[in-house]
Amino acid sequence: MANEPFENNVDRALADAQLRKNFAFAMGNFILKRRAVFSDAEQTERLRTIGHAIKQRALSRLPELLEQLEAACTRNGIRVHWAETTAVGNRIVLEIIESHAAARVVKGKSMVSEEMHLNAFLANHGIEAIETDLGEFIIQLNGETPSHIIVPAIHKNKAQIAQIFHEKVAGAPYTEEVAELNAIARNTLRRKFYEAGIGLSGVNFAVAETGTLCLVENEGNGRMCTTVPPVHIAVMGLEKVVERLEDLPPLLRLLTGSATGQLVTTYVNLITSPRREGEKDGPQEVHLVILDNGRSRIYQDPQLRQTLQCVRCGTCLNHCPVYTRIGGHAYGFVYPGPIGKILTPQVEGLEKAGTLAFASSLCGACEEVCPVKIPIPALLRRLRDESYSSAPESSVPGRGCKQNWAERLAWKGWAFLNTHPRLNRLTTALLGLVGDYLPPAGPLERWMRYRSEPKFAPRSLHRRIREEGIADE
Amino acid sequence: MTPEFAKPSNVYFFGTCLIDAFYPDAGLAAIRLIEREGVRVVFPPGQSCCGQPAYNSGFPDEARAVARRQIQVFGRDIPVVVPSGSCAAMMKHHYPVLFAGADDLAQARAFAARVFEWSEFMTRVLGVRYEDRGRPIRVTWHSSCHALREMKVIEHSKQLLRQLGNVELAELTNESECCGFGGTFSIKHPALSGALVNDKVDDIQATGAARVIAGDCGCLMNIAGAAQLRGWPFQAQHLAEFIWERIHGE
Repeated sequence: MANEPFENNVDRALADAQLRKNFAFAMGNFILKRRAVFSDAEQTERLRTIGHAIKQRALSRLPELLEQLEAACTRNGIRVHWAETTAVGNRIVLEIIESHAAARVVKGKSMVSEEMHLNAFLANHGIEAIETDLGEFIIQLNGETPSHIIVPAIHKNKAQIAQIFHEKVAGAPYTEEVAELNAIARNTLRRKFYEAGIGLSGVNFAVAETGTLCLVENEGNGRMCTTVPPVHIAVMGLEKVVERLEDLPPLLRLLTGSATGQLVTTYVNLITSPRREGEKDGPQEVHLVILDNGRSRIYQDPQLRQTLQCVRCGTCLNHCPVYTRIGGHAYGFVYPGPIGKILTPQVEGLEKAGTLAFASSLCGACEEVCPVKIPIPALLRRLRDESYSSAPESSVPGRGCKQNWAERLAWKGWAFLNTHPRLNRLTTALLGLVGDYLPPAGPLERWMRYRSEPKFAPRSLHRRIREEGIADE
Repeated sequence: MTPEFAKPSNVYFFGTCLIDAFYPDAGLAAIRLIEREGVRVVFPPGQSCCGQPAYNSGFPDEARAVARRQIQVFGRDIPVVVPSGSCAAMMKHHYPVLFAGADDLAQARAFAARVFEWSEFMTRVLGVRYEDRGRPIRVTWHSSCHALREMKVIEHSKQLLRQLGNVELAELTNESECCGFGGTFSIKHPALSGALVNDKVDDIQATGAARVIAGDCGCLMNIAGAAQLRGWPFQAQHLAEFIWERIHGE
């Protein structure tokens, strides 16, 4: 069953007491921080409505805006590259690096580069990619992938990080002092910024009107990556384009408030060109790689298109009762949490990742906090429908992969029972008599792994109503 | 409090499939409390389930067939009162989605507009006042997800609870976090569901409350089942049944 790897990951994560403690602690803090900056419910709702409208407006004109972005960037001296797949994206990045005979790349945090598995690809071509975001730096030292899209090393606590630094950074003493740990990272990375021939970053928003790449961060490593090396390569998913510069203030407020509970990040980078004549710093070349990787297919479907509104703030992860218990690695793909559950099955296909769409109680906590109002539960439901559907018009890869006669028959039977009142009442009455003696097998067994056996009422509500003479019409 | 609507003389009661099979006392209490305000309650015997289990499991056609049956059975233009935030949300907010493109969309919408969650109906339409005759008791409250986020009726439920003078409400640390039920989720992903409900049970236990009260029997069955398996002593009870007991000094 395709379910198994995920189920195994879940079991392993749930059994890891340290992991669960780390996540419960960190996510609880993020929830409180967000609540503090969005304390006025009415104002927050207004802001979310604006964010939703901006992203919807951008998506409604997406092809046009992307062309406008390319033209504006080109005018500004930023070279634009289109990558239909991650393989093409990787090759474009490699060619730029090779054309400068560079051996080392310093990287700011970028989930799209994770989606491309860029570091491994570059390593295979003898190029070293160094993560400079503190969280990414930690997990790169430890040979791991991000467990969260904003705070990639959040599954580690201070003591675990101290141990990783002590073991993996030459000459680093064991220390749990945050300032000392920061100093170790800073000393290691500072030299790398000067030595690297290429700086690579992600993009939070790309403004079509002005050809501006907006990048927010708190550590200054993003500014270093985009200004110190002679060449800057920015990678972005094609949904990151927005129409106008004036769209940025509400989006930035929503993004940073939702992501880290900040009113503004320490650094807000607006990159509009390479170094101009007479300027003292900045790269000589700026490249923008725009990745599709299934996004334009998602775009074709008006409902599923809402997936592309995402600004990657990660707040749906922080508020998800499932994510906060198992962490990001258990999902088995680059994007975890609620957004991963709707994005991954659409990109990777339902056979490979469709199980994720079912691993939700549809509690709606994600939709409630989403800064751009993505209806995540409705999209999960849609992907569940697609998993069993044989409708030919759907564009979701792997559509119908869960079809099986047993489940189909069970739901047909359920519908028959619930549309035939006499039969339904007879069944309920029967369960009232013998329900407590049902063998603990199938669904009942799975229920009873964590709960006692449900007790059927000896006389159903229908019967009690009749006996007590309550009106029936 | 002043009701927001004119009091109807008749209302429909949708009992929900879980209350029918497992918690008839909760259903009867909810009905008796409406009748107590001088409103006649009609319980059409042709009713069954709101259709949510199939709707959430990838079987919209089967869900629609069952939903259509409810719309037909509750045909008169009077309010439909539902003692569950989840079933009420299905009928009020999801029927119009489920019937999009269907011939009977207009009927589904008209039906949806008549749906009230029980505690919402008791406060917004009937403006009930209760006198607590029970002994002092400490209880806690679980906000079920769909009552909270789709029906947005938790304030109404709590307003009823606060009318009970001898009831001390000890709030949960994570009151609005899912209990892990999620219908078929609880059997499709038992480990995840189990982790959630066990944390909910711990949270309840930490309040020292003798009972957990909620407005959804799905959550209650889940929470009570997990608590019982672990041998913990608190009871789980539907708000309507709890109020019925309190005003009769039981």
